[in-house]
Amino acid sequence: MKRFSIFSLARNALTGHRNWGKMWRSPDPKREYDVIIIGGGGHGLGAAYFLAKEHGITNVAVLEKGWLGGGNTGRNTMTVRSNFLREDSVPFHEMSLDLYHQLSRDLNYNLMVSQRGMITFIQSSAANRVALQMANTMHIYGAEYRMLTLDEVKRRIPIFDPSPDMRLPVRGGVYQPRASMVRHDAVAWGFARAADARGVDIIQNCEVTGVRQEGGAVTGVETSRGLIKGKKIGMAVAGHGSVVASMVGQRLPIITQPLQAWVSEPVKPILNEIVVIRSYYGTYLMQSDKGEIVVGQGCDPYPSYAQRGTFPIIEDATTSMLEVFPSFGRLKLLRHWAGMLDIPYDGSPIISKTNTKGFYIDVAGSGGFKTTPAAAKTFAHLIANDFPHPLAEKLGLDRFASGRLVQEGGVSANR
Amino acid sequence: MLEIPCPWCGLRNENEFICGGEAQRKRPADPDRETDEAWADYLYNNANPKGVVTEWWWHVSGCTLWFKIDRNTLTHEITPIEELPE
Amino acid sequence: MTRLANGGVVNRQRRLNFRFNGQEYQGLEGDTLASALVANDVKVVGRSFKYHRPRGLLTCGPEEPNALVQLLSDGDQPNLRATEIRLTEGLEAKSVNCWPSARFDLGAVNDWLSPIIPAGFYYKTFMARPWDFYSRFIRKAAGLGRLPTERDRGRYERVFHHTDLLVVGAGPAGLRAAQVAAISGADVMLVDMQMSPGGHLLFHSREIEGKAGAEWIAEVTAELKGRRNVTCLQNTTATGYYDHNMVLAVEHEPEAAWLRERLWHIRAKKVVIATGAVERPLVFPGNDRPGVMLTDAVARYVSRFAAVPGQRAVVYTNNSTAYEHLELMLSVGISVEQVVDLRATLGEAERELVQRNSIEVVTNGRIIGVEGRSAVRDVRVAGESGIRSVSCDLVCHSGGWNPLIHLYSHAGGKSVFDQESATFIPGEPVQAVHCVGAANGTFSVAGGLGEAAGIAGSLVEELTGKQLGSYSSRPEVAEIPYGINVIWPEKTLKGKAFVDFQNDVTTADIALAVRENFQSIEHVKRYTTAGMAVDQGKVGNPNVIGLVTKELGEQQGSVGTTTFRPPFMPVSFGVIGGSEQGQLIIPARTTPITRWNIAQGAAMDEAGANFRRPFYFPRAGESMDDAVAREARAARNACGIYDGTPLGTFELQGPDTAELLNRLYTNRFDNLLIGRGRFGLMLREDGRFLDDGVTFRVGPHHYLMSCGTGAAGVVYAHIDRLLQTEWTDLKVYLVNVSAGLATMCVCGPYARDVLGGVETDIDFDESFRFMDFREGRFAGVSVRIARVSYTGELSFEINVARRHALMIWTTLMNAGQNYGITPIGSETSGVLRIEKGFVSPGHEGDNITNPFDAGMAWIVDMEKPDFIGKRSLRRDLDLGGERQHVVGLLPDKHRALVADGSALLPDPGGSGRSGFQGHVTAACFSPTLERTIALALLKDGHHRHGEKVLISGLEQSCLATVTAPVFFDPQGQRMRG
Repeated sequence: MKRFSIFSLARNALTGHRNWGKMWRSPDPKREYDVIIIGGGGHGLGAAYFLAKEHGITNVAVLEKGWLGGGNTGRNTMTVRSNFLREDSVPFHEMSLDLYHQLSRDLNYNLMVSQRGMITFIQSSAANRVALQMANTMHIYGAEYRMLTLDEVKRRIPIFDPSPDMRLPVRGGVYQPRASMVRHDAVAWGFARAADARGVDIIQNCEVTGVRQEGGAVTGVETSRGLIKGKKIGMAVAGHGSVVASMVGQRLPIITQPLQAWVSEPVKPILNEIVVIRSYYGTYLMQSDKGEIVVGQGCDPYPSYAQRGTFPIIEDATTSMLEVFPSFGRLKLLRHWAGMLDIPYDGSPIISKTNTKGFYIDVAGSGGFKTTPAAAKTFAHLIANDFPHPLAEKLGLDRFASGRLVQEGGVSANR
Repeated sequence: MLEIPCPWCGLRNENEFICGGEAQRKRPADPDRETDEAWADYLYNNANPKGVVTEWWWHVSGCTLWFKIDRNTLTHEITPIEELPE
Repeated sequence: MTRLANGGVVNRQRRLNFRFNGQEYQGLEGDTLASALVANDVKVVGRSFKYHRPRGLLTCGPEEPNALVQLLSDGDQPNLRATEIRLTEGLEAKSVNCWPSARFDLGAVNDWLSPIIPAGFYYKTFMARPWDFYSRFIRKAAGLGRLPTERDRGRYERVFHHTDLLVVGAGPAGLRAAQVAAISGADVMLVDMQMSPGGHLLFHSREIEGKAGAEWIAEVTAELKGRRNVTCLQNTTATGYYDHNMVLAVEHEPEAAWLRERLWHIRAKKVVIATGAVERPLVFPGNDRPGVMLTDAVARYVSRFAAVPGQRAVVYTNNSTAYEHLELMLSVGISVEQVVDLRATLGEAERELVQRNSIEVVTNGRIIGVEGRSAVRDVRVAGESGIRSVSCDLVCHSGGWNPLIHLYSHAGGKSVFDQESATFIPGEPVQAVHCVGAANGTFSVAGGLGEAAGIAGSLVEELTGKQLGSYSSRPEVAEIPYGINVIWPEKTLKGKAFVDFQNDVTTADIALAVRENFQSIEHVKRYTTAGMAVDQGKVGNPNVIGLVTKELGEQQGSVGTTTFRPPFMPVSFGVIGGSEQGQLIIPARTTPITRWNIAQGAAMDEAGANFRRPFYFPRAGESMDDAVAREARAARNACGIYDGTPLGTFELQGPDTAELLNRLYTNRFDNLLIGRGRFGLMLREDGRFLDDGVTFRVGPHHYLMSCGTGAAGVVYAHIDRLLQTEWTDLKVYLVNVSAGLATMCVCGPYARDVLGGVETDIDFDESFRFMDFREGRFAGVSVRIARVSYTGELSFEINVARRHALMIWTTLMNAGQNYGITPIGSETSGVLRIEKGFVSPGHEGDNITNPFDAGMAWIVDMEKPDFIGKRSLRRDLDLGGERQHVVGLLPDKHRALVADGSALLPDPGGSGRSGFQGHVTAACFSPTLERTIALALLKDGHHRHGEKVLISGLEQSCLATVTAPVFFDPQGQRMRG
């Protein structure tokens, strides 16, 4: 792997950038691999990277139906944070943040991790209680989550200008200083380049159509590019978990729902922090490095694989955004889109073995982007060792059989 | 914005409804006889298909009827399958 | 000034003064800002995003990538296209993204740095320090315009509209489609984004059926306006196509003066898309210089605005449309120095035209360079006879046409590449969409008119059953047949050739991306940012796709397109969400007592289900703690009163009601006596708390259920669902009567005395037992009174029709005056609850607790054949393991401050446990016990009574003793006695 740096840029400028090599190869699939990862998004590419880096397993293929990072990796709102409720989630998400903050250097690829901090408005005593519970649990695991007074909120967000007759007046906020924005495409590309350099074969336009089994164990996958053998198969296909898992007859405790995101036209910097207006509809917004205001909200209210969302979600979110940022009325929506989330019953990731030997699943859950490095690392650990990473022990499918769920705030839907 | 065919009220905007999930999820007649695995499957698992699914919808901001439709989760095409119950 | 003496739609009698980039100019009524700038010979209208290169107008329409301005008059708006701003007196605007000015911009240093900042350079560097160190500078440089910080004062409106047929675009094809459809009597809506109908006929003269274009438009428009079944909207942009034929459209400058914009939600049975096409630039070095303009744009400025963008033009083309404009240019005195045609040969009509006008044409020609940094001076033309410079002040170019298929694509349509017209056109129809005219790749007017009539005819036939055949013929229109041959620029050319003007993406960037193995068109887009600017690649994307295909060595059309994401044009957030602000956002629900409460100075808080309830009632000089302590003491020692109206109340009737309740609750209700109530616990099927409440038996088959405020909706859904989908054999009617009833609760040792002081036929003596309820007259109206307690005190709950509630309330306040009756808020109720250790589903339930964890085995009847949640409880018991139990905590320090949510850790001096032990679910200072108490979820808590744990707070921690979760009157003598 040729190292990237300001010097390599300058050197290549002399030759008109004609000598840059490929960021990753496009090999033809081999007949057999030690591990086959289905899904070339951040999770799958990351798992391949960690398999190679930490477990010395380099005979790995990552099979991607379309183009790298074309699923949720390229469709999210670029936010990473670790403000969660449960002892079984907080350390996992903290590890993810830690990894994100060092990945640019590890991968020699600038993921543009911008530590903006996140402020969640508190608009009711119930919201205050949840914030306190999170803050205290996170505190134990060394994650800072600080309560802010209304004045502190105003000082941090100068354009915060709540309507005087606000339906739910903002009383204060809660602040995670380490919450960050990460350039989402770069996560896929950075992992891909680093994994490729360690020998991983990344195979795009290769759709898995079936999984071969023998005696309850996997032996390979059928793909649009032929049969590829492998005794260990890892699934990391956010938005298609049920579809792929059904190839081994595995039903999953998930629902696939669209999560929309949208951006405004770019404007000069006006908002530094990531802002969450949770009490109305769970709207969150931030300003990208490019100047766009990026906005998101909770999922659309029914299952869908359509990769497009319903407009009332945007109307609701805009309503609550304008209540606190009334100057945004003049700002314009530039484009909106949707990703598909595989949302587990309890809202927490599933990193697990299955009933089929050699078939492992990583279901990212409702926060797939923020968990990417942690999920990738623990998934690689599980695949390599056949037992879970200590920080993902409680995230297996067995929690559903026992009812000992990792409940993250009423995220289950359609029940 | 989907248009949901309520057997009683006709085509109405989706925001008058609540999607009630897969209709194939049927409560076992005698839960006590279910194994732990079967019970967990009933409680938590979904077919979650990419394609046509028969699902419940509830016209909560309307006539409050629960009814089933076939909906394609990829194209959002909807086929009504129920006549008005008597 | 370069304004023609005649022609155009501008009003020469009405001069308008305006300022642009600090300079004073004059324009005419009817101008856009762009046309006024053309008429004033302003060449540089803005700077590009990355390299800050001077840029001029490229187009005349909404697809304009260069002329982005900050509109300083009319409330300061960023990123508007000069081509879309109607000129008004006193208008002031400046270019975005340049400092100190568009003519001299310091950011242009980036243009010199460009060799080391190719596409995606930022992925390769800036890693030595955290990104924030660098991004501070980068963020400032990015961002185009400036958003004003003042509150947007605009007013907006949202409307819903249903129609049989929606036609988008009032160009010739759209007008014809609407005209034909309207005859059938079907409801037709025609929306068009320009100020007047006509589409490109507004800009180009064409004879249709022997009439001048303008005349034809006027006739068709008049016909449509005369029909009652037709709605025509101008200035209205269809921005997105959503599921089930929902089209959103934004109406700008509606007729109501107080309204800024209106958002239309249009649900159509059929949709005809006649949005036309935009001209595509050619890719050549220097194609971004001010004075390099699309041919169609030149013609538009000249014919509609009588504004002439240059005197000596070189025309550069790969297709026939450029020729259509040559005579117009000559007629207004533009000297056409040369036509450079990439094609080897001309069509017959083209050849005849240039011969007739003695115009020099270089076939097989290339423009290989454009000189002039802030205005074109000359171009270098390479032809079969060598290279020569041609002096000019205007370069008109045309690379063919891009059909505007955005709406088709939003609807889920997949475009296909048409080799003949070298462009992406709509493929298979989706939803109820039909594309016609240029939007469908039909670039001749005659063809478009015929297509529109045919489609409209067949659609209305489908809708109404009426046959309309006569319009389907192809009318006579004089035009040059469309011919194109796309020839991509050679790689060897020197100088930047742009494919995305706004984001400064060049052919070299595309080549670099492909070289680095970004092969998918989506990858190239993301890596180079081509097509991601404010114009969303309307003019540039097909060139990006074409070049990527060429670099990959693939057949044109084979790599597909990027996805068109809505909206078609940017939409203000004001019109999306500005009409429902303040109290309208999610309207609060009120009770008959709400106003009284507010008048008493209650601090209000959200109570769930969008109700607001008093939090506490501070008196002058009282802190929150003082007020809560006073209210709590009143309830314990005298009499408290609170408004329980937000609670849910359901009537259940029918022969199977008892059976239903037995299945819903963990305990039995079939053996409840008439006139009695019972506390019930409802679980979800997964064994976790759903809700609790008291249900009364009114008659053999008639029960009255109450449930928590926040849970009312969920409980109703839960029961209604089971009745309609699972237990359809049960004969039970469920009616939510919450909205009709008011509930008031009087509690405390004097409750009986207070009620007894009111005129009533109900006896409040000892015979009125705990959990009894009685009906009768009270203060002159019918009431239902139940003896239930959520405070642990002697307590009566009064149910009354809402209209009487305030009267009853004030009557009670008067009757209670001598007994110290005190209104109490939800915070005080919380204190009383914690003292009693009543489990709250929302607090101790926490989505993880089962009734055994909560110490409520007494209410779970595992002997019942079935109830919702039973099987999951058995699973919990069988597969148990360590669980978190509800416990009480008594901090060592009596006045310790313990926050809800505090985490529990092992006593550092004791037990062998480690790590997280649980959390405080509710804590308070008990005024009655004069100490801090708390309820908590603690691992294995039932077996740890008497142990110490550490309550770990954010600011301070303290040790506490684990106890049973009840602190006051554990036997319940006060409420039962």
